[in-house]
Formats: sequence, C-alpha cells, structure tokens
Amino acid sequence: MSSLLRICFEFFKTGLFSVGGGLATLPFLVRMSNHHPEWFSHSDLANMVAVAESTPGPMGVNMSTYAGYFSHGVIGGILTTLSLVTPSFVVVLIISRIWEKYKTNEKVQKAFASIRAAAIGLLFSACFSVFIAAVFPGFVGTGLPSFQNFNLLYFALFAVAFVIMNIKPLKKIHPIAYIAVGAVIGIVFSL
Amino acid sequence: MKRLFELFFTFFKIGLFTFGGGYAMLPIIEREVVDKHNWSTKEEVLDIFSMSQCTPGVIAVNSATFIGNKTKGFFGALFSTLGVVTPSIIIITIIAAFFSNFAENEYVIHAFGGVRIVVAALILRTCINMFKSAIKSSVQLGVAIASFLMVAFFGASPIIIVIVSGLFGLFFIKLPKEEEAKSNV
Repeated sequence: MSSLLRICFEFFKTGLFSVGGGLATLPFLVRMSNHHPEWFSHSDLANMVAVAESTPGPMGVNMSTYAGYFSHGVIGGILTTLSLVTPSFVVVLIISRIWEKYKTNEKVQKAFASIRAAAIGLLFSACFSVFIAAVFPGFVGTGLPSFQNFNLLYFALFAVAFVIMNIKPLKKIHPIAYIAVGAVIGIVFSL
Repeated sequence: MKRLFELFFTFFKIGLFTFGGGYAMLPIIEREVVDKHNWSTKEEVLDIFSMSQCTPGVIAVNSATFIGNKTKGFFGALFSTLGVVTPSIIIITIIAAFFSNFAENEYVIHAFGGVRIVVAALILRTCINMFKSAIKSSVQLGVAIASFLMVAFFGASPIIIVIVSGLFGLFFIKLPKEEEAKSNV
C-alpha cells in the first residue's frame, strides 16, 4: 500500500512539473526507474514508450497508466493516471477562471491576438513535422530529412487524402471516419 | 446533467481517436467542440491550446479541462478531464495485460503508417481553417511566420514562443474596431 501511495505521489509531482507535449513526462519516468528499479526497469520503459506511441490517447496519460499497471496492477494504473492529471486540473481551473474574467480586457485581447497568431505558427510547424514523419518513413530526428527517405506512394496518398477531405460534400465526413479509413489503407498497402 | 455527459462522451471520443498527442486532437476538437456543439470558437480553441502548452501537465488533458470549465464550470471541467483519460486507461490496461508485444505487431505498424498520413492531412486542413479565422492583420501574419520558423527550424520551445508573442502583442498589436468596441463594454 505504501508503495502504491509513493508511486501516486511521484506521478502527482510529474503532473505538476512536466510542461509541454509528447514525451515531456519521460525524463520523470526515467528518474522513477532509477530510484525504484522494482517498479519498472529502463527496458520496460522503452516498451512502454513503444506501446504509448502506438495506441490512441495522449502520450503522458498512456505512459502513466502503463507504468502504474505494470508496477501495481489495474488499481495502480487508474490511480497513477488520476494522480498525474490532478495538479494540472487544479492549475488549469484557476487559470481558466482568471482568463474568463479578463478576456475582454483590452490588454489581454492584444496579447492573445498575438499569441493566437503565434499558435498558428506552432500548428503549422507541428503539421510540418507530422507531414515529415508520414511521408519520409524511416527518417528519425528533427530538421530537414534527406531526400532518400522520401516515399512517393506515401506522398501521393497524403495528397489524395488532403484533396478528398476538402471536396465540399466530403468536408462533412467526421475526422474519425478518415482516420479509420487510413488504418485500413495502411494495412492493405502495407505502409 | 445532460450537458455533463455530452462533455464526457465528446472528450472520450477525442481521447479515443487522438493518435500522437496534443496536435493530433485538434481536427476532432474543431469538429466536435466548435462545429457540432458550439462550446467554443476557433479563436478560443487557439487561445486555450496556447495556454495548455504553458501550463503543467499533458496538453490534451489541459485543453479538456479548459473547455469543460468554459462550458459548464467545475463539473464540466471534471467530466471533460475524466472523459479524455478514460479511453487511455481502458486501452492501455487491456494491452499491458494481454498484448505486451502489441507495438511489434505488423498489422498495428501498417495501420499506423496509414493513420499518420491521414492525420497529417487532417491537421493541415485544420491549420488552414484556423489560419483563415485567426489571422486578420499583416502584423499577425508576421508573428505566425516568425513563430513557425523559430519552432520548425531552430527548435524553439513553444512556451518561449507563447510568452514572447504575448509581450509583443501588448505593445505592437492594434485591435480591429469591433474588438475594441467589445473590450470597452
């Protein structure tokens, strides 16, 4: 029981101090594994990352459920995940209230007009890296990939998908339906 | 009460079909939260997304808490947050218990190859939609381009980008007339 409490506390700290997306929680998990090798080893962690990346859901949440389940069973997986999200829940609730109160303030509106524009830049850069990961299979790392990794079939599928989802009557189709079709095409074409 | 369950199931769907983290959820948020339920505008989703990058915790979960609170207060936030994490808890527990070599399965790998391509196209479409509704002046266009270049080619942290662009906006952004009128109310 005390081990369960301890791992929940560790995930609470992770939720409080990890900022940003994707693998932001990973360094905290590596530290946990160093201090508590009986919970999970580094090679267990590598497997957890692989599974968290190939299942739906936010990476950080997937990682915490897996680590909690792996070390403390079903209850462990549920409690570590709830511990991970509790601090951000409180912080976001407070910021959200402040934002609701001041969002019509002129200065706040000016700041957000600029932040919103910057967010568009962030979105396009995320789009860019997702595009690279999708169309340059085998390329790992950041920055520009070499042309050797470029796959014409993947690019053609991307272009066809983009054109189809922008045709007027097809715009209404739910993104989830496109994702499901993508999975089927992936299996059929062995992507 | 009905609204709380709507929030739970909407974010359950979002958690269930988000492949690859925060940004991948945006096309589904756009469809469910903006188009279908009108809980937020595209601009508000961008604001919430920016704040979610800078607050501690998982971006997708933070966005759910923000939107839930905006829609139905504390309990809205609670139901949305639980909704977005529940699919992960169920799926990961099943996979960890029965299919520990899931990630090496060749069908999973191929399906993911296809999903990545479709998600890239969906994100691009959402990017373009958001661009159209958020960029209204040449100053904003400049901020967007600068932020893209800084992150895509110089590896700048999104947190720094949000803080710097916010300060920039305080001094250099002029609000269009209608927004000025709104802010004086």
